[in-house]
Amino acid sequence: MYVIARENKKVENKMTDTNTNTESNTNNTNKSSNLKIVESDLKIENSLYSELSSQFPDKVQLVYTKPKRIKIYVKPENIIEVAFFLRSHFGLDHAESVCGTDYPNENVIEVIYHLNSYSREELSQIIFALSTKTDRNSSYLPSLLPVFKSVEYHERETYEMLGVYFKGHPRNERFLLPEDWADIPPLKKDFRIKGR
Amino acid sequence: MTNEFSESLEKKLEETTKLGLEVVKEATEDRLMKLSVGPQHPGSGHFRFTIKVDGDYIVYCDPDPGYVHRGEEKMCEYRNFIQNIPHLERPVIHDSTNITYSYSLAVEELLGIEVPRRGQFIRAIASELNRQVYTLYWLAIYGIFLGHSTMFMWPAGDRELFIDLLTALTGARVTHAFNIPGGVRNDIPDGFKEKCLEYVNYFEKRLKEYENIFYNNPLFRQRTENVGILTKDDAINLGVTGSVLRASGVAYDVRKVEPYDVYNEIDFKVQYMKTCDSFARAYVPFLDMRESCHIIRQLLDKMPESGEVRMKLQSNPKGTPGESYKRVESGRGALSYYIVSDGSSRPYRVKISVGSFRNILALPHLLVGSRLGDMPCIYWALNYWPVEADR
Amino acid sequence: MIKDLINPTNFNLMVSKVSDVLVGALDKPLGYAINWGRIWSLWPVHLETACCSVEFGATSSPRYDCERFGIIEAFGSLRQCDLIVVQGTVTRKMAPRLRMVYDQMADPKYVIAMGACSITGGLYIDSYNVLPGIDGIIPVDVYVPGCPPRPETLIQGCMLLQEKIKRSKIK
Ligand code: SF4
Repeated sequence: MYVIARENKKVENKMTDTNTNTESNTNNTNKSSNLKIVESDLKIENSLYSELSSQFPDKVQLVYTKPKRIKIYVKPENIIEVAFFLRSHFGLDHAESVCGTDYPNENVIEVIYHLNSYSREELSQIIFALSTKTDRNSSYLPSLLPVFKSVEYHERETYEMLGVYFKGHPRNERFLLPEDWADIPPLKKDFRIKGR
Repeated sequence: MTNEFSESLEKKLEETTKLGLEVVKEATEDRLMKLSVGPQHPGSGHFRFTIKVDGDYIVYCDPDPGYVHRGEEKMCEYRNFIQNIPHLERPVIHDSTNITYSYSLAVEELLGIEVPRRGQFIRAIASELNRQVYTLYWLAIYGIFLGHSTMFMWPAGDRELFIDLLTALTGARVTHAFNIPGGVRNDIPDGFKEKCLEYVNYFEKRLKEYENIFYNNPLFRQRTENVGILTKDDAINLGVTGSVLRASGVAYDVRKVEPYDVYNEIDFKVQYMKTCDSFARAYVPFLDMRESCHIIRQLLDKMPESGEVRMKLQSNPKGTPGESYKRVESGRGALSYYIVSDGSSRPYRVKISVGSFRNILALPHLLVGSRLGDMPCIYWALNYWPVEADR
Repeated sequence: MIKDLINPTNFNLMVSKVSDVLVGALDKPLGYAINWGRIWSLWPVHLETACCSVEFGATSSPRYDCERFGIIEAFGSLRQCDLIVVQGTVTRKMAPRLRMVYDQMADPKYVIAMGACSITGGLYIDSYNVLPGIDGIIPVDVYVPGCPPRPETLIQGCMLLQEKIKRSKIK
């Protein structure tokens, strides 16, 4: 859906520096020089994707790679399988956030899991976005709770804010909103704030 | 005959054990008492959780946040990129520079601009000063939680020093709105550097006194050591972040693993402990404060003498269609923004992913099985700020 | 009429009448003393509603030290308190709890609305979950504007409240 055509002017220090010595000072990058992205800068990201696509040839779809960011799209029926592979094989053991976005024009709700690694040092700088889509009117998705324990409250919040029902989640319930909330989920685009 | 007899005996035994089990079950159900902690409670703040206790032991805990849910994410969709700054810093009013930091980083990526070097340094200084302010407030509340009034008064008093510095820098006591996409709002005032060094030097001396009166206090140690153990595996599984994670032996600090702005030029160590208990969770922020003092000194030292502090933006800037995900290390751990732009001057979707919301998942895990008296020191050591978690 | 009142069935009525008379009689000489006692021992209840609570905490810090003015720092038990400082935004989830806290407190009780949010809704006026001001739930004595108000402003608000108590009739 998104085409990242724009050139990224800002390039952080090269990956290899932070990989090798995280504890000590990495003082050899010059911040003010505007480097162009070279192919080697996206080495880790591309190798991650190629490994993933060789495992699941027609199940995953690359959306974009940027420095330290990679986003893939997976169909809802394959998401548990792929997530389990990401966790067990790559060591992406931490789901940092679960974010739902409503697209009324395409009649879909996109749910993104932002994954990150605590245990593998070279992956801890990379945010791996695992996205999936569901229909806007009957939103059902499999829950990733069996894979990542940390998504429990995030998924509950997504259910409440966007009305996406997570199959297999024990508590698809109200969490942050008041007990007597009787309107449609507030983060849907057709929920309008009064006077705006 | 003997067979029959033994069979009947067995049956009887089975029945009685069944009955007995039921009786015991009923009794335990009866023995449980349900307590509701908060929202009007001296400890819990703007937060409520229900617990069930069996005697003195907690057997069930269910957090119920949302008392300060103000719909920040929805409000962002109705304001443009610049108008969003003041209300986005309200969730953590005493750490407001850090929460607008990652917002600015994300918006800068969408707008395709870069901050001047001097601006980056001033940002980092403001962010470190604000981290001190936050941690001192947290420490003050922790002190009063455990009935240690001195530890409320000292940090609350020393906090005003850093607030003075930030007031001189930004013009406001706590709500700074200092980081804006493109840089910082204004340059540092005259004499700021000397004053800042003086305060930081004084504060380092004070930190030693804190350690003596609070962390080496045998009463405090007894209340927190070996209380609320969160092992390394559990910490990774539950996805906690910030000082809670580092207290469980994972050296993970966003400033180190994914250095933003000038942090890759600064020499500092990630502070972590391996004891995994409440004491470690209380001690790691203290170590962070000490490390922050070093960082501030280095930043002041390396800052370019003159130069631009902000990029001029056109009014009402429009983002390129796309999305960005940026994070910084705040007082409570990784704080990230996910922003989707559709090419207009307003963000299409803003997701604020905060440390507090991730840390609270550890609360039921830690409370179940511990004693009721340990509840305050476990709860506040989780570095949880309810307003931020609710957004 | 007095005979009617002394009748045991009308005992309650009599007590209230007598107390009315007594209060009327005491108001002149003792009212000042009673109010004087009240203004120097304002006990705020510990109810935080939003981010203004940070500045409320700073008010009892050594630099601002509101105890000089007879306002003791926030206290846990409702029944012993006589002042609510509503510290900021009141959401729809918090509103019933706020009213419940107010109802449980013993008379006389006073309310200070601290921060723009509790006065009109402030920055969050167009949010879907925030009340536009707390006047609809509880009666407010003093409004302290600011976002957040500086500790000095809050102290001034408390002093205004003391002034108000001083001039009011005792109940
Ligand atoms: S008035 Fe300002 S500081 Fe106070 S609660 Fe409202 S937004 Fe927060």
